Amino acid sequence: MKPGYGDQLLAEGDPEIAEQERELIEAFRRQLDRGMWAAVPTNQAGRREAVVVRDFADVPRDAERVIFFPPAAGG
Amino acid sequence: MQALLAISGAVILVVLFVVAFGPGLRAALQAHRGGPPGSPRLGQRLSAEELAAEQQAEKLMADVVGAGGLEQYRALGFLHSFGDPEGDGSPGYGYLIYPHRPIVSFDARSGRLLNELCVSFPDQESLQSRLPDADDVLAKWMAIRGDELGLLAAANINAPGRQVDPAQARRDVIRLREWTTSPSDASATTQ
Repeated sequence: MKPGYGDQLLAEGDPEIAEQERELIEAFRRQLDRGMWAAVPTNQAGRREAVVVRDFADVPRDAERVIFFPPAAGG
Repeated sequence: MQALLAISGAVILVVLFVVAFGPGLRAALQAHRGGPPGSPRLGQRLSAEELAAEQQAEKLMADVVGAGGLEQYRALGFLHSFGDPEGDGSPGYGYLIYPHRPIVSFDARSGRLLNELCVSFPDQESLQSRLPDADDVLAKWMAIRGDELGLLAAANINAPGRQVDPAQARRDVIRLREWTTSPSDASATTQ
């Protein structure tokens, strides 16, 4: 999610393919280094949830997407 | 003496004017200025870019919370999230998640308002831009569902009524109850 723009695609690939996984990990780390929060939406039998992840290893292998958004701050 | 009376009369008139028209005047001024920080910009048209961003954000919201969640957001103006079920199987509390306004927590059984969680997702590079409304709501929803304690730690927690009109929030709790218990809510998937 980018303020003023909506969501933008940062990277995509198949984590089962080593080279693409490396690119995904690098993109993931760049966002977390910028202080962004990362969430993985899940859908288990129609129940919608989200998991906040802080390491690429925590991203479920079957995740369709990781959404990055600015870190929460007191308003 | 007459001058004194005239001045007193003028002061009284000014006071009456402010009492009578103050709230409306203040609202009109806020609308003219774009409202206080974090308030919806009522009466302002979105630019083409803002509209495109908002539509894109709603599409992402539908992908994440489901079509029912987006339908609720469009109809009620907020998403919701309930806490985990307690001993009786019902959630003890819930949240009303508004765009660019504090999250309001409430007792899910009585409807009593509990707190306002003032939280925002400021742009790291520019203070001028902010997330589209639907992205702001979705970010809050994901943070609550994925890291509720982390969000609570980041938020400024206040008593109800600091920024969100408590009467409106109480009405929204009732509207939410009606929404989540109506037969047409079968597609709503937010918990």
